[in-house]
Amino acid sequence: MRTLLFIIQKEFLQIFRNKGMLPIIFIVPIVQLLILVNAATFEMKNIRVSVVDMDLSSSSRKLISKYEGSPFYKVVQTTFSYDEAMDLMQKGKVDVIIRIPNGFERQLVKENLSKVQFVINAINQAVAGLSSGYCTSILIDFNRELMQDWLSPAQMAGLKNIQTDFSYWYNPKLNYKTYMVPGILVLLVTIIGLLLSGMNIVREKEIGTIEQINVTPIRKIQFIAGKLAPFWIIALFELAFGLSIGKLVFDIPTVGNLWLIFLSGGIYLFVILSIGLLISTITNTQQQSMLVTFFFMVVFILMSGLFTSIESMPAWAQQVDRLNPLMYFIKIMRMVLLKGSAFADISSLFYSLVVFAIVMSSLAVWRYRKVA
Amino acid sequence: MPAILVEHISKQFSGVKALDDISFSIDNGELFGFIGPDGAGKTTLFRILTTLLLPDSGTAMVNGLDVVNDYLRIRQDIGYMPGRFSLYSDLSVEENLNFYATVFGTTIAENYELIRDIYIQIEPFKKRMAGKLSGGMKQKLALSCALIHKPSVLILDEPTTGVDAVSRLEFWEMLKRLKNSGITIAVATPYMDEASLCDRVALIQNGKLMAVSTPIEVTKTYPWKLFSVKADDIFGLLNDLRNFPGVHTVFAFGQAAHVSFKDRQTGEEKLVEYLQMKGHTGISVHSADANIEDCFMELMIKT
Repeated sequence: MRTLLFIIQKEFLQIFRNKGMLPIIFIVPIVQLLILVNAATFEMKNIRVSVVDMDLSSSSRKLISKYEGSPFYKVVQTTFSYDEAMDLMQKGKVDVIIRIPNGFERQLVKENLSKVQFVINAINQAVAGLSSGYCTSILIDFNRELMQDWLSPAQMAGLKNIQTDFSYWYNPKLNYKTYMVPGILVLLVTIIGLLLSGMNIVREKEIGTIEQINVTPIRKIQFIAGKLAPFWIIALFELAFGLSIGKLVFDIPTVGNLWLIFLSGGIYLFVILSIGLLISTITNTQQQSMLVTFFFMVVFILMSGLFTSIESMPAWAQQVDRLNPLMYFIKIMRMVLLKGSAFADISSLFYSLVVFAIVMSSLAVWRYRKVA
Repeated sequence: MPAILVEHISKQFSGVKALDDISFSIDNGELFGFIGPDGAGKTTLFRILTTLLLPDSGTAMVNGLDVVNDYLRIRQDIGYMPGRFSLYSDLSVEENLNFYATVFGTTIAENYELIRDIYIQIEPFKKRMAGKLSGGMKQKLALSCALIHKPSVLILDEPTTGVDAVSRLEFWEMLKRLKNSGITIAVATPYMDEASLCDRVALIQNGKLMAVSTPIEVTKTYPWKLFSVKADDIFGLLNDLRNFPGVHTVFAFGQAAHVSFKDRQTGEEKLVEYLQMKGHTGISVHSADANIEDCFMELMIKT
């Protein structure tokens, strides 16, 4: 036990003595949290619109004014020439072209049916999907107002109508920051934990100190535990720090029990650090370790459910994703923080992490060889 | 019971024989030197003795303990200093020593007696980071760390490589004192001049032991008549000597050439005459006793 404490003390000494490491551990994640949360947004604002109104009727004006009045749209061009509008889209200066054909109002009055064309830039399919969603919802709104104007109250009453109202549970204002902060926080502690531990043992291999350690009676488990504990403490501290920033700066809700967050966080970080140390024991240079770590990190992050929903992945990918510890912890974070889930609700996720922790740490201890 | 007993050890690395059927034994309290060029197999042998590497075949015992089966107990008994400086350069002198003491379950105070002579020289710098020490001080610190748990066998892999001549002498003085306190020491070195400081030496080359004996015995086995020859033009001298009839070997040795003759009848006069005829100036020739390096070269030719 004394040996273990001493190894931990030695690791802390080395970490805090490394002048380049401290800012990486403490400042970079904070800056990233502040920048990423504000930048990585799915919210659409300032969709640039080009209006090609060939009708110039009161109805077409009314429709256009709805887009002009919306906070999501910014009309950057009004023209009669579709080619001109298309030209701007080619140059990437316009996201949506709204084309109202000649005779729009006349057809509406005569035949009760008229057409509008939306041309949407789909270079980024996520943005395109959202734009088209917004556009149609405005059009539906416009339709309802038309009916109110043209139909008598008696006729209106005759129309069957289902009214839809939405209420968004757990995130009533659909504040994307509420959704992103817990996820990005997990991402940051993961990157720090995985990189620090991944580089650690392999660094001792590179500078040769491992050879002197290997001839000592230190036990494998002591050595690995002594390596893991300092990073574990640092990463947990960072999680706490990040949560405070989330609360103070972004005012994210913390509905659930924070102890539950730290309990699962502790297990999760144990998994991540074990993976890092495992990588560190099987590689021979810091460069190799970094590449392997990077590979796993990209897969873990892209499949974590932070940027894309897991439910929309193909079935086989969802099965593969069960091996992704990041996915579990992001789910736990969101469930506990936003929804106030109790242990019973997250127990299956929690136990999965426990299994991960046992498997990964045993692998790391087993793979660490006290031979040259 | 010998401190180290090695029987028929062999080790291959992807087809290259690093050690080829090596056997020897080192007595308790002996200062035993392994002399050989880089790549001779010294480090591989030491790694097997320190339980870091498994031999392909053969057995090795340290204090009667098998290096394969009793490796945990051996690690308590030996002090090892790898060829490369392998202490933590971002920890201070004191912290390094403290760390290795704790790892072996002891304290600096408990075994201070043993390392005092060595440690006292670096103690003024105990707050300095190990990476900032000079080469000689690094060696002293490494030796202190290897000794802090009071090992009965000390295994030093090229401890004096890259250390200046004065520090090298000092280092060997320290080894002498440690030997007198009863510690068995196995030391590897590429420097032939250090051989005479050992109780016994083993000449090692291409994974084979060529001779195991006391330094004096080794030099006595040298079979030929040996001359030390000097002249102003040393390069021309070497070439001309090689063409002299009856010559066995010619090696440059410092400022002189060591020439050996298979023919015991060859005299100094004949040689001087020959060199004068070749137009050399400043010629001096006298018969010499073979040193370890001569013997090593001789053994290398034979194998």
